[in-house]
Amino acid sequence: MSMALDMGKTDRTLPKLMGLLGKLGPLLALALLVVVGALVSPTFSTTENILNVLTRSSIIGIIAIGATFVITSRGLDLSVGAMAALVAGLSVMVMNGLSASLSATLAVVLGLVAALFLGAAAGFVNGTLTVKGRVEAFIVTLGTMGIMRSLVTWLSDGGSISLDFALRGVGRPLYYGTVLGIPVPIIVFGLLAIAGELVLTRLRFGRHVAAIGSNSEVARYSAISVDKVRIATYVLQGVCVGIATLIYVPRLGAVTPSTGMLWELEAIAAVIIGGTALSGGQGRVWGTVAGVLILGVVSNILNLTDFISPHLNGAFQGAIIIVAVFLQRKRVSA
Amino acid sequence: MSITRRTIIKIAAAGAMISLAAPAIAQEGGAKIGVAIPAATHGWTGGLNYHTERTIAAMEAAFPQIEFVLTTAGDVQSQVNNIEDMVAQGINALVILPMESDPLTEPVKAAKARGIFITTVDRGLSEEGVEDLYVGGNNAQYGTIAAEYFKDKLPDGGKIVVMRGIPTAIDNIRIDAFNAALEGSGIEVLDMQYGNWNPDKGFELMQDYLSRFEQIDGVWAGDDDAALGAKAAIEQSGRADDMVLLGGSGMNTVIKMIMDGDALIDADIFYPPTLIVPAIEITTMRYATQAPIQGRYELDSPLITKENAVDFYFPDSPY
Repeated sequence: MSMALDMGKTDRTLPKLMGLLGKLGPLLALALLVVVGALVSPTFSTTENILNVLTRSSIIGIIAIGATFVITSRGLDLSVGAMAALVAGLSVMVMNGLSASLSATLAVVLGLVAALFLGAAAGFVNGTLTVKGRVEAFIVTLGTMGIMRSLVTWLSDGGSISLDFALRGVGRPLYYGTVLGIPVPIIVFGLLAIAGELVLTRLRFGRHVAAIGSNSEVARYSAISVDKVRIATYVLQGVCVGIATLIYVPRLGAVTPSTGMLWELEAIAAVIIGGTALSGGQGRVWGTVAGVLILGVVSNILNLTDFISPHLNGAFQGAIIIVAVFLQRKRVSA
Repeated sequence: MSITRRTIIKIAAAGAMISLAAPAIAQEGGAKIGVAIPAATHGWTGGLNYHTERTIAAMEAAFPQIEFVLTTAGDVQSQVNNIEDMVAQGINALVILPMESDPLTEPVKAAKARGIFITTVDRGLSEEGVEDLYVGGNNAQYGTIAAEYFKDKLPDGGKIVVMRGIPTAIDNIRIDAFNAALEGSGIEVLDMQYGNWNPDKGFELMQDYLSRFEQIDGVWAGDDDAALGAKAAIEQSGRADDMVLLGGSGMNTVIKMIMDGDALIDADIFYPPTLIVPAIEITTMRYATQAPIQGRYELDSPLITKENAVDFYFPDSPY
């Protein structure tokens, strides 16, 4: 009798435990990678290295936060990499153009504001074409990706769009500056992640995004303005791209036609590794953060060690992505 | 002619000319030359496109009887298509920078079989004797010059890190020559990873090298784009005084830095996108002045220093 009871208890606890394990999957995978990193390279766990990885991950990370919203509402944005390059290029051109007539600080500030607006505008175009134009998001954003990538190549004549050297000092703290020893990009990324998680789980907008993602017809009958919310996710994605360029531009002060190449795939991979369903309806910003860090840590470990041929780096990264997602998918069958 | 920011105003006129020339029959005593190059996807190819357009404009002005068709391609298959399209337009000569040697050998041979004069630039084809004229840089010398630079800077030996480029035959030739020339010099290569000739990758890779190795005396970034990324990382670490940094290929921003006496980068290796210039010019001369020119031209990859930098400086080029 008591045995049967115990059995019943375990039967219920085990799936629960597995479920928790699956839910925490991205964090466990990240923790595992960090342990591996610390074991294989003495450099890995130094403060300098950890800060480097976090700082450089924040660019993709901020973009991926926006992507979490888009994907949760069952959308997709393939254009973010090209958008980042175009927005960054245009904002550098605005800064250079204004510096002739305005002070360096004002020129840079206006250039950064322009980046946010350009990002939002590009996101609005993607959203409107997808939602109002009723064209598949994959096709719309594949198209705008090509358009924006070509535009940045054209604007730069295939070379680079460089920030005037006089202006570089002004924006520099946005990438290289620190507050209380923590680099600015990490702070921006952290705050946005917290805000994103709150919006997605606690605010009405976030619940609407998830509702639309799981079933847009039901959402429509529940008096959710589906079109507006869906467009808003693309605008939010665009603003995130704009914020990411604020950090990217001061880093090297130059934009090339290869800027942001394949960022869209990194962002989408991070979102999925983090446990957001590609089919929509279920999004986790904290998972996305873990996903971004997993990708960043893997490439960092590969740079810090020479166990495997650099020719195989891509294979290693690909395997990690599949394993990280596989670990979570187990819970569905459990 | 493709549309660039500089040429956009000329487009209306150019468009009209193209439509007039549409019947595509070479004029009496004239010729039609097809030029096939990679699209401007990174800095070096951006420079290549700039110099190609510049040279074609100059040749068209000097020899109105010679007509040019310019095509750019983003990948191997579109370059093959471009060649077929140009052959169909009845070109007399083809100037091509093959995106890759193996897959382009057959299409170029097919063009040659139709009596078209073939000029290959920068990269040869997989079979000997297909091209009538070859104009190339010297990739082995590129690696050797880089090695000589570090031997000169670090006469007592030292530790350096290297960034390879995009995994290609060119990259292999350069790195093999570099390693061979370093042998016995007492200079130790700590690690070589791919930097893809890209500034962002150069930045991140350099950060990781800097955290990983306490002593780095020199950095060969392989290319100027990657070198600019590495420079930002080195300056961030505050270790600029302890090292020398070398890129390569002659980007104008970097050449300007050398002219202005930059603290970190004091030299560059010339591997010029300008090698398309003589290739087009010589091919044009064959028809314009009936100069029967054939053979192989190999342009040097000299070291650029403050003394000679001005010769290699193209302020208007995008690269």
